Amino acid sequence: MTPAARRGINIVMSGVAALAAALVVLPLLVIFGFLLWQGASAVNVDFFLHLPKPVGEAGGGMANAIVGTLILVVLAAALGLPLGIFGGLYLAESRDRRLPWLARFVADVLNGVPSIVIGIFAYTVIVLPMKRFSALAGGFALAVIMLPIVVRTSEEMVRLVPSSMREAALALGIPEWKVLLRVVLPTARAGIITGVMVAIARVAGETAPLLFTAFGNRFWHQGLDQPIAALPLQIFAYAIAPYDDWHRQAWAGALTLIGLVFVVSLAARVVTSGRFTGVR
Amino acid sequence: MADGILVKDLNAWFGDHHVLHDIGIAMAPKAVTALIGPSGCGKSTFIRCLNRMHEVVPGARVTGGVRVEGQDVYAPGVDPVQIRRKIGMVFQKPNPFPTMSVFDNVVVGLRLGGMRERAVLHEAAERALRQAALWDEVKDALGKSGVSLSGGQQQRLCIARALAVEPEVLLMDEPCSALDPIATAKIEELILELRSTLTIVIVTHNMQQAARVSEATGFFLLGELVEFGVTRQLFTNPRDKRTEDYITGRFG
Repeated sequence: MTPAARRGINIVMSGVAALAAALVVLPLLVIFGFLLWQGASAVNVDFFLHLPKPVGEAGGGMANAIVGTLILVVLAAALGLPLGIFGGLYLAESRDRRLPWLARFVADVLNGVPSIVIGIFAYTVIVLPMKRFSALAGGFALAVIMLPIVVRTSEEMVRLVPSSMREAALALGIPEWKVLLRVVLPTARAGIITGVMVAIARVAGETAPLLFTAFGNRFWHQGLDQPIAALPLQIFAYAIAPYDDWHRQAWAGALTLIGLVFVVSLAARVVTSGRFTGVR
Repeated sequence: MADGILVKDLNAWFGDHHVLHDIGIAMAPKAVTALIGPSGCGKSTFIRCLNRMHEVVPGARVTGGVRVEGQDVYAPGVDPVQIRRKIGMVFQKPNPFPTMSVFDNVVVGLRLGGMRERAVLHEAAERALRQAALWDEVKDALGKSGVSLSGGQQQRLCIARALAVEPEVLLMDEPCSALDPIATAKIEELILELRSTLTIVIVTHNMQQAARVSEATGFFLLGELVEFGVTRQLFTNPRDKRTEDYITGRFG
């Protein structure tokens, strides 16, 4: 091949790669732009501070849904993160073969289960015995969705911690459980947080599993054993309603949801970048 | 003689692979013993048997007896964690903990051993860093990340980390193989200073280094201890033909 031909191919291939990269970013930019265009006009102070107005009245907001989504995500995180992170640590560190193999397989299958099925599951094990829809049931459903993502990313991140770290700590006469909790986990922290953020972003936008667990509510939340509003549910309800004002509010809700996920991810990055980080 | 390191009939395996054959050796206390030999001859495995780090590898197994400073390392009921507190270890590649500051790296052994008093930790950190000849270079940067130091400084930080828990023995597994000659000279100087207070075992590929820092030298080959004796004698007048071939570079 002549040098000129090689340079030519180089330029063409670089161009193709750059184009692919640009196309990857495009959908997010288009979605975000569209949301801004459609939703920005409905975003105002009332939207963040007020309850929905009764049908037929203009104005009002989705404050209850914003708070509801935050509560549901916190509930899901409280249930799912400890289980997921410690489960991942076990999968990465265990010398046993069978249990980790089974757990990994189950996690991967669970990751592929449609979220509406997980909603039905939560309905069966929590809503039916309690005889009512509740925030708890919604949080539980979201936790189940988070679990496989958190388990598998935690496992991968713990695996990335060089064995020299473990050996150095063990050789200092530190008991193995402390080596794992105080040396290995902190070293994997940055990567685990990324996985956690992905999981939170994923569940914050879930609608299907909340339909018959959290159920939705047009008022402020009234306890964890009561139905609770959530942004995705409210967006769904408003988007299929026949009112223009509600459509605009649905767009604003979608914009808020994206903004919320963005802010949470950013905050987690800022909070955890204060100390030295290990594996990324 | 109770002190020093006494090894009898030591055999070690990785799975079915028999890597150490009937090693017997008596290393003097408060002295430097060097272990030389080609790669894969079992030197590193041998010193990892001394502080029960060999068994950390899945499938690894040890038989035989090891007494370190009077304690039977493999006696039933002996906690490997306690053994490792008494026997510090420095590895081939500097491995400070990346999530910890210089200070936290030095005191991690004490802190995770339950010590919480700041004054005690500070005192221990300064003592260990001085012992490792690093104090003057890092005393104003104790809060910086441990991995922000140069390679040679990182290795001395690892030595300080091992010294902070006040071990009786220090095992060094090719501590200079990742360092430049200047950093190597500093570590060697350090070894000569530390030998008055510690029993030191150093694995090295550098025969000049073994000659410079050690009183006694052992030569390993294919999982066997071929020869062990006074360093000068081993290098100038080896008893075994294989030792002579190795130190004169006529090997393999």
